[in-house]
Amino acid sequence: MRNLSVMIAGVGGQGTLLTSRVIGAAAIKAGYDVKMSEVHGMSQRGGSVITYVRIGSDVKSPAIEKGEADILLCFEKLEALRWLDYANKDGTIIINDQKIDPMPVITGKAKYPENIVQNIKARFKNVYTIDALDTAKRLGNIKVLNIIMVGLLAKSTGIPADTWREAIRETVKEKFVELNLKAFEEGYKIAGCMLELSN
Amino acid sequence: MKKLMLGNEAIARGAYEAGITVATAYPGTPSTEITECIANYDEIYSEWSPNEKVALEVAIGASFAGARAVCSMKHVGLNVAADPLFTASYTGVNGGLVICVADDPGMHSSQNEQDSRHYAKASKVPMLEPSDSRECKEYIKKAFEISEQFDTPVILRLTTRISHSQSLVEIEERVEAPLKAYRKDPDKYVMMPGMARKRHAIVEERTAKLAEFAEKSDLNSIVWGSREIGIIASGISYQYAREAFKDASFLKLGMVHPLPEKLIAEFASKVKTLYVIEELDPFIESFLKERGIPCTGKEKLPVTGEYSANLLREKLLGIKEEIYNNLNESVPVRPPVLCPGCPHRGVFYVLKKNKLTVSGDIGCYTLGTLAPLESMDTCVCMGASIGVAHGMEKAMGSESARKAVAVIGDSTFIHSGITGLIDIVYNKGTSTVIILDNSITGMTGHQDNPATGFTIKGEPTRKVDLVKLCQAVGVERIRVCDPFELDEFSKVLKEELAAEELSVIIAQRPCALLKSVKYKGLVRVNREKCQNCKVCMGLGCPAIVDTGNGIVINDALCVGCDLCLKVCKFGAFEKAGDNNA
Repeated sequence: MRNLSVMIAGVGGQGTLLTSRVIGAAAIKAGYDVKMSEVHGMSQRGGSVITYVRIGSDVKSPAIEKGEADILLCFEKLEALRWLDYANKDGTIIINDQKIDPMPVITGKAKYPENIVQNIKARFKNVYTIDALDTAKRLGNIKVLNIIMVGLLAKSTGIPADTWREAIRETVKEKFVELNLKAFEEGYKIAGCMLELSN
Repeated sequence: MKKLMLGNEAIARGAYEAGITVATAYPGTPSTEITECIANYDEIYSEWSPNEKVALEVAIGASFAGARAVCSMKHVGLNVAADPLFTASYTGVNGGLVICVADDPGMHSSQNEQDSRHYAKASKVPMLEPSDSRECKEYIKKAFEISEQFDTPVILRLTTRISHSQSLVEIEERVEAPLKAYRKDPDKYVMMPGMARKRHAIVEERTAKLAEFAEKSDLNSIVWGSREIGIIASGISYQYAREAFKDASFLKLGMVHPLPEKLIAEFASKVKTLYVIEELDPFIESFLKERGIPCTGKEKLPVTGEYSANLLREKLLGIKEEIYNNLNESVPVRPPVLCPGCPHRGVFYVLKKNKLTVSGDIGCYTLGTLAPLESMDTCVCMGASIGVAHGMEKAMGSESARKAVAVIGDSTFIHSGITGLIDIVYNKGTSTVIILDNSITGMTGHQDNPATGFTIKGEPTRKVDLVKLCQAVGVERIRVCDPFELDEFSKVLKEELAAEELSVIIAQRPCALLKSVKYKGLVRVNREKCQNCKVCMGLGCPAIVDTGNGIVINDALCVGCDLCLKVCKFGAFEKAGDNNA
C-alpha cells in the first residue's frame, strides 16, 4: 500500500481540525492504517495551525517531517509559504487563495509577502489554487470552506468519492451534513476541472 | 470494531471499559478531552473540580469508598495536586486510582516544560507511558489492575503528541467494577505520624515489588533487530525512533517507574551502541548512568522541545535532511490573538491607555501581552496574578498600587485566585483586582466551571456568585462593569485605582465564541469619514486591516461586536447589515 502524508496548514478558527478528521475517517474506510496529530489550545486562537494525517499500511509516528508531505493542503497563502519545506519534491500543493493578515502585519511590524502563489508555482509542478472563501459564501456559509478543501484534496488521493461522502456524513454534525456534502461536491468538481486543465 | 481516536478519547474509553464510576479533572491542554469524553458515559459520575488538588482529593475519596476512579490534569496541574499525591502514595487505594497527567514538550499551550516522570519517582508511585491511542486504552486498564494489585495510585503519563494524535483503537465492552466494601481503617487512611511511619515502610516494599513486576510485565518489551544499535525509548519518542532507525533493536518501556534494571542491563549487554531516546529530562538515561550502564542520550539530544524522526537522524546519525524547496523568504510569524469580539479586548485597550503595571494570569487573556495591546507585565501560574500584585505593592509601597492591577479570569479566580485575594484582605493590601468574567473556561475550549451555573454534563446547578464571594472574604469595594462600555469601564478603573484600599472590578461580558452570544450585523468602514488615524489598530482586532490605502474590515472575521465603533472619533465604522450568513 502506498503511504500518503497529508499536511494541513491554516489559521486557528478555519476548521482545519474537522478537515483532518474527515480525511482520517475516509482513509480508514478505504482500509488504511492512519495516524493523525493535531494541536489544540493556544494556537487555535487565530494562530498558525497545522495537522498531520499519515496514511499507510503500518504507520509509526503521527508526525510529518520536512520534505515528507505528499499533499500540503493550505487554507491560507502565508501558511502555505510557512510550511512549504514540509512538502516533498513531487508533492501536490493546494492553496486556498485567501489572505489573513497576522498580527505583526496588522500592526505594521512586518510585511505580508507578495506573489506567494507564483513563487510556489515556480518551485513545484503540482500547485492548485482556489478561492474557497468565495465558493463558501456562494453556498451560504463561510464555515464550509474546510469541506470544500476536502473535496479538492479527495481527487488527488485515489480514495473513491463515495467513501468521502460517507466519511463526511459520519464526521460532521447531523444538521450540517447536507450543506457539507454540497461543499464537498463543489470542491470535488473544481478539482476535476483543475486536473483536466493541468493535463 | 476499530475506531480512529484521539489519545485522550482512547483513555476515556479505556477508563469506561475498566468500569470506573468516578472521574474528576480541572481542564488543561493537552489533557482536557479525557474528562470531556468520559462525561459522555452515563455510567460514570464526572466533574470539573475547582482545581487539580480538589479533583485528586475527590478521586482519592472515591477510591477509598471502593470505586475505580480517574483524575486528569495537565503537567502543571500535578504541581497543584502534588500534596494529595504524595500522601495518597502512603494510604494506597481501595478501588483502583489512576491519575492521568499530560506533559507538553514544546509548550504548545503551557507556561513551562516540566517532566512529570520526576513526580512518579518522588512520590514513589508507578507510572505507565503509552505510545499511541491503542496503548492509551490498554494501559489505563492495566493501570487499574496494577493499582488494585499493589495498593497504589498509578500515574498514566501522556504528552501532547499522544493526547492529541489519533490512531486506531479496538472498542471493547465495559466490565463493571462493583464498589468494593469500605472498611474503617485508620492505620491505612489516617496519615498521622505514627501511622505514616508504618505506611512509608510499606511503600518502600511496594516499590521493590513493582520493580520486580516491571522486569516481567509485558508493558516493557524488546523488539530485536540489528544488534549494532539498541534503543531504549518510551511514549512518542519510541515512535520517532522507530521511524528514524528502521533496523535497530528496541527496548520499549511502557512502565517508566519503577524501571526494570535487569531487563535494561540485559538489553544493553547485547547491543553495540546504546541510545536512550526520551523527550525532556534524562530520566531513563540517569537511571542507566547511576548503574554504570554506558549509553548515549542527552550529550547528543536536546532537553528542550519535541523530538522528531529527522531530529534523531540528524543528532545521532549525522544525516541532515536536505531542504530543497525553501524560498528563503521572510515569513511573518502568526502568533495567536484574542478572537474578534473577545471581551478581554476592551479591558486591555483601557489598561494600555492608562499605562498600568499588569500582573496577569493563565488563560486566553494572557494574549493581552502581545502587540498591539501589550498590557501584561507578568504571568507565572494559575492564580499568581493576585499574589504578584500584592507582593509588588509590599515591595514598592502602596503608591505603586495606584498604577497597577491584577487581571484574572473567572475560572482561574476560582481555581486559585481566591486565596490570593484573601491574603490581600488579611494583610491590608490596596491592590485593584480585575476579574475577567467571560462566563466560561475559554482557552481550553469552553468548559463549565463553578461560576457558570452548569455541571460538566450540562445540568443546571448552583452558581458561585463572584460578588458575594468577594464580599464574604471581606472585600468592600466591588464594581461590576461591561468592558465594552469603554468610557464607563475607564471611569470605574480610575476610581478604584485611586482608592487606597483593595477593590475588585468584575469585567463581565461573555466569550464571543459562546453559542448564546449573538452579535448582529457586521461592521464596514465609511471611506469618507475615515481619517486613517489608525487609532482602531490599537485594538488588535484581526478583522480590522490596514491595507496601506486605508482601513478595511475583513468580513470573514468580523463578528459585529462593535467595539471599534466606540474607539473611532470620526464615526468611520458603521453597521453593514448581516452579509455573512
